[in-house]
Amino acid sequence: MKPAPFRYVAPRSVDETLALLAEHGAEGKILAGGQSLVPLLNMRLARPQVIVDINRVKSLAYIRRRGDLVHIGALTRQAAVEASAVVRRYVPLLGEAIRFVGHPQIRSRGTVGGSIAHADPSAELPAVLAALGGQVVVRGPSGERVLSAGEFFTGYLTTALDSAELLAEVRFPVAGGRTGHAFLEVARRHGDFALVGVAAVIQRADGKIGAARLTFTGVGPGPVRATEAEALLSGSGPGRPFAEAARAAAAGLDPDGDIHASAQYRREVASTLARRALDLAWQRSGGAAR
Amino acid sequence: MPTRWFGERIPRNEDPRLLTGRGMYVDDVRRPGTLHAAFYRSPHAHARILRIATDQAKALPGVVAVVTAQDLPERIRGPLPKLIPHPALVHHKTQVALAGEVVRHVGEPIALVVAESRYIAEDALELIAVEFEVLPAAVDLEAAAKPGAPRVHADMADNIAAHHIQRAGNVEEAFAKAPHVFRERFTMDRGSSSPIETRGVVAEWDPRSHQLTVWDSTQAPIRIRNYLSDLLGLPQANVRVIAPDIGGGFGPKIMMCYPEEISIPWAAMMLERPVKWIEDRREHFVATNHERLQIHDAEIAVDTDGRILGVRTTYLHDCGAYCAYGLTVPIVSGTTLPGPYKIPNYHAEYRAVFANKTQTSPYRGAGRPHGVFVMERLMDRVARELGIDRAEVRRRNFIQPHEFPYDLGGLIYQDGVRLVYDSGNYPEVFRKTLDHIGYADWAAQKARYRREGRRVGLGFAFYVEGTGIGPYEGCRITVEPSGKVYVATSVGTQGQGHYTSFAQIVADALGTDVRDVIVTTGDSGAFGWGTGTFASRAAVVAGNAVALAAGAVRQKTLQVAATLLEARGDDLELAEGKVFVRGVPGRAVMLGQVAAAANPLRGVIPQEWEGPGLEATRYFAPPSGAFAAGCHAALVEVDTETGLIRFLRYVVVHDCGPVINPMILEGQVRGGVAQGIGNAFYEKLVYDEQGQLLTQTFMDYLLPTVAEVPAVEVDHVETPSPLNPLGIKGAGEAGVIPVPALVASALDDALSEEGVRITEMPLSPSRLREILREAQTAPTPA
Amino acid sequence: MSNDPQATAAPLTRRVRRRRREPQSALPVRLTVNGQPVERQVEVRKTLADFLREDLGLTGTHLGCEHGVCGACTILLNGEPVRSCLIFAVQAEGTTIETVEALASGETLHPLQAAFREYHGLQCGFCTAGFLMSALALLRAQRQPTDEQITETLGGHLCRCTGYQGIVDAVRAAARTWER
Repeated sequence: MKPAPFRYVAPRSVDETLALLAEHGAEGKILAGGQSLVPLLNMRLARPQVIVDINRVKSLAYIRRRGDLVHIGALTRQAAVEASAVVRRYVPLLGEAIRFVGHPQIRSRGTVGGSIAHADPSAELPAVLAALGGQVVVRGPSGERVLSAGEFFTGYLTTALDSAELLAEVRFPVAGGRTGHAFLEVARRHGDFALVGVAAVIQRADGKIGAARLTFTGVGPGPVRATEAEALLSGSGPGRPFAEAARAAAAGLDPDGDIHASAQYRREVASTLARRALDLAWQRSGGAAR
Repeated sequence: MPTRWFGERIPRNEDPRLLTGRGMYVDDVRRPGTLHAAFYRSPHAHARILRIATDQAKALPGVVAVVTAQDLPERIRGPLPKLIPHPALVHHKTQVALAGEVVRHVGEPIALVVAESRYIAEDALELIAVEFEVLPAAVDLEAAAKPGAPRVHADMADNIAAHHIQRAGNVEEAFAKAPHVFRERFTMDRGSSSPIETRGVVAEWDPRSHQLTVWDSTQAPIRIRNYLSDLLGLPQANVRVIAPDIGGGFGPKIMMCYPEEISIPWAAMMLERPVKWIEDRREHFVATNHERLQIHDAEIAVDTDGRILGVRTTYLHDCGAYCAYGLTVPIVSGTTLPGPYKIPNYHAEYRAVFANKTQTSPYRGAGRPHGVFVMERLMDRVARELGIDRAEVRRRNFIQPHEFPYDLGGLIYQDGVRLVYDSGNYPEVFRKTLDHIGYADWAAQKARYRREGRRVGLGFAFYVEGTGIGPYEGCRITVEPSGKVYVATSVGTQGQGHYTSFAQIVADALGTDVRDVIVTTGDSGAFGWGTGTFASRAAVVAGNAVALAAGAVRQKTLQVAATLLEARGDDLELAEGKVFVRGVPGRAVMLGQVAAAANPLRGVIPQEWEGPGLEATRYFAPPSGAFAAGCHAALVEVDTETGLIRFLRYVVVHDCGPVINPMILEGQVRGGVAQGIGNAFYEKLVYDEQGQLLTQTFMDYLLPTVAEVPAVEVDHVETPSPLNPLGIKGAGEAGVIPVPALVASALDDALSEEGVRITEMPLSPSRLREILREAQTAPTPA
Repeated sequence: MSNDPQATAAPLTRRVRRRRREPQSALPVRLTVNGQPVERQVEVRKTLADFLREDLGLTGTHLGCEHGVCGACTILLNGEPVRSCLIFAVQAEGTTIETVEALASGETLHPLQAAFREYHGLQCGFCTAGFLMSALALLRAQRQPTDEQITETLGGHLCRCTGYQGIVDAVRAAARTWER
């Protein structure tokens, strides 16, 4: 399984990258970690004429906290995120979810930007971004634009990036006080893409659920936010209607079935995982166990 | 230094080489001037080929040749050899080297490209244009078996390759009179052996010496040599086939002759340059044989005590598009099914069915998993229906230790020999297994888990495994003046440790260190007679040939040494690489010195030596198979909400007679269990209605990883076989055979509240939840 | 630029390289492999796995799938375990590569290799190099790896022969026996 011929260039700066994308972007592809792209190249399912390898654009690899946001450069390796004390402390949901991304050998090359830009419907990082209300910073010929997750993920393996643009940075909001998170996933084998995954965040206020976020992966063309369930939970009084919210969330899903799991399975397990994740997030927010 | 190597857990002789990256697998073979091959393969399950345009491909720089069927000599243009004929196999259809007129499965090779690199060869594939007339495909097994289904072979009236019945006793009478009859349908779906090394062939032709050398990832190098000689019109002596280090065989690499095994050597001869073809993983999924799909309708007749009066099964076997290897798998299913039980009346009837899918042939287990699945599920059914403990119902039906040899009543095994179990102790194997897994107080333990909200089941499955069949294997042993012992045998090695286990046998016989015994396997140039590594037979058949040859060399050594030491042969001992007079260690001579003395430069050698040197060649041809047995038991936990399962414990008790190297044996068992777990819960080849294989990568065909496979506790029982000098039985497939039955048994137990009854494999979390849902909504069975 | 690490390159190449980076079909690549400097001209689409095996003759690293799942092709790149089938040789420019051939010292097995032998962590040997390199990275990073860490590391590899137990036992043992 050898890739089709292509030409290759490895820019060293963002400006150089943008210049190359402006010229070659239409028939080219950005190569970051390669863990998603190179299998497609080897199988000749992707046949770009030009590969723009951004692995030498060192300025794109960083993890920085500035105020309420943790800024992660697109080229940051997933392994670096896993090892990062900043992430563990300020974006714990990301720290938990990253451990589900493949295996250590994948994470030593795979990048945060690559995973977000590839937008696999069963991937973990897009769900985390959507759950936390994070942002994506895109740089292109007309400058820089900042997009929300909802604006960025436009469909199955599709994003708002156009061929001359580079995903430069991903921004995650810092977890608030009295906030608990949970990321749960069901996969056929350890390290596989999720059949269903869920990210839950609960913020306590006065001993009750103040705000809640619930996002799924593996059940739609991109990450799916369960807004109805979130509304049901937020400010829901002294009760903890996790099971009810989970059912409502699952009822709003329209997943596809495939050889690994039926649509019904995905919907049912989404409900189960949502309930378990909300429970866990609640406990981690400091709330008592049921 | 221990004087006895047989039975010891010795680290393997071959490991230093393999661990340091100095193994030589087919892709590691480097010959000057090698060209690289790629195949244009059919994208359709069934189609007529109207036109093949190769000009553009030929014109690509770096391409040396593009070959289609019409370029092949007549000898290799038609159907390739039929391997194992059988009277019931009326339509013994085989594959061709390159399809010229019709393609019958996705992946069938149509054109061969030879280029300076594999990269360029694959570029050239994209420049080949083939015009097809797409034909309706027969895909689903039951649909393909029906009259009126699209015919895979146009010269047949339907898709039935064979219809075969094996009987013992009188089932009709038994069923008619039986107080209880239970019926069930069982399905096991397609799977792939998926060794980590795919197939590959490197061929080199020397036109000056007229020698063809082929490195092939085959499990049967000598037979491939013979077929190549025949098909290419070369003397056998001019063809050398080497199966070097092989990265896992598991059965499909015993298939002969894959199209590539013939076209690549021919291309090397034609181009007079070495040609290398290494199958890539996606090719492997369509181009290397599959197995496992069979559908059984089965019924069991029992008396009120659960004693078996009769068993009957009618089944369909999926051949795929061809059946070159023959009927081994369905025959083995039918003859493994009786298992350890006394079944006075038996009827096994199958139809082997063609379909427009990749061909099938034995994969580890080779039909035994199916037989065991059916029988063990039926026994669990009997237990449940009659309210008898499922262990007790088995004990009531076991063949007892004093009843061997046990004749199955006229069934014929895969070797064409009447099925007779040679030895065994099934009650003891069973007792040990149940003891290890804690069956006696399982009810209480299960209830404890239940109170914790956990659904845990205990499953077990028993199997009898026919091993060590003929026709024969051979071995030549030579002691060199260095004192090192060289062993050449014809079976190949794909990880089973022959370089060590065979050396242990020899080291015992000749009193040398096991590390001084160097074994060569799988090279027709080193040893030219043999059958191959398959069906759990190498240790038994080749191992006994090794033992016989070693014994002969030992006798010769004593004979020659007696002359040197001026003693009688009876007074001599072999140990520590020396021959010495018993009780007088000072009167000794090194083994190497004896070898040198046996081949003098001048003078006279005695007639009784029967030739020079310390060398002997012996063959072992077993009269029939030796029957191993075993039982697996496990605790399996189910998360009913997600359908995920987890093994809490896994126990194997195995009886393969005396064990040459327990470490190697346990490795074989553990590896088999992992593949069995794959067959139970992860591995399924999925074809769509057009015959497209949807699972063509490791992302969709899921092999278990370390996280999915439990630690396996292994214990042994030893009932030697009277059929061979070493008394051993095979063990290569033992790990995989009962796993689907075991998992089904455990799941039934874990989900007994819902009345779940597993009758299909493989499962998945999604399917398991579906089964649970169906069981919960179904009316209570009568 | 006297402290330019590429000062040893031919002056013409340097000038071309500095003017503008244009997409190329073939490029020179310089890297360190098993402690030795290596310089070759290579087609850009050639994977690192194929480069190691064919151009450098290091056939100890094997190809099992070429789509990043089986792990047989795993080598260490700047000390990290990576799938060499998913990296192009040109991407390894300036890196330090370690393959299985670097483990043993002459005829003496590395403690990790010795443990694999003792605990029967290999049968056919085809997947073994990949396991060894991943385990090597783990043991360098962790003095006493937990079972979870071992499972996590080994989980990125497929073995069809052993059922994994021997491999796990070997890595556990090597953690104890390898003085590092």
